[in-house]
Amino acid sequence: MANTFELIASSTLGSAATNIEFASIPATFTDLKLVYSLRSDNGDDYFALTLNGSSSSFTSRDIQGNGSSASSANRTDNLLVYTQDPSSMTANTFSSGELYFPNYAGSTNKSFSQDTAYENNGTGAGMALRAGLWSNTAAITTIRIAKASGNFVQYSTAYLYGVKNA
Amino acid sequence: MPNPTRIEIDCSTGIESIIELTDAEVAEMAAQAAIAEERKAEADAKAQADAQAKAALLERLGITADEAKLLLA
Repeated sequence: MANTFELIASSTLGSAATNIEFASIPATFTDLKLVYSLRSDNGDDYFALTLNGSSSSFTSRDIQGNGSSASSANRTDNLLVYTQDPSSMTANTFSSGELYFPNYAGSTNKSFSQDTAYENNGTGAGMALRAGLWSNTAAITTIRIAKASGNFVQYSTAYLYGVKNA
Repeated sequence: MPNPTRIEIDCSTGIESIIELTDAEVAEMAAQAAIAEERKAEADAKAQADAQAKAALLERLGITADEAKLLLA
């Protein structure tokens, strides 16, 4: 990893929780990168991304595949799919993914990108790439990933890195 | 029954807290779950319609799915 990456904060769930939130994010970096590994205790494979407490003004386009079909879609909500292994997937497996927020502390609308995957040994997998926009000019100070129902299970992890361009 | 909890990590201190969701946050979760259900229903309906259209086309052409794959290979 480039030496311009710095771990800001991380969490490994000691018990199940519906949300993981990074608050009071310093504005001292150029970009942010959130790396996660998640498993759900229900059938959901998506989480809601909330920035500064806002779940509105999100738009995105994604392309996704699951081993048997591929598709793409435009989104006008903050629900991001394929971000966690549903409980029906192979036991003790977790998703793998990351969100990247360039220029998160600037005064323009906030773009982000995501690549994410879950797996189900022997029977299937899912992955998605996403380009997103949060149409809000505020600096990002809080990032929350949230279940709409159920919980992220114990040992789910999230790491927030700050990235400097020099 | 208490509301579900969230984990909050204060990046300025590194302190991690377990916080019970407010009623408003629980309501927002329910709204997002409804959106997700709606989206899933739309995706399922589209997948079913696509499969039916594909089957109808293959029948009209008089070929199997494997034969169609051969044509496109």
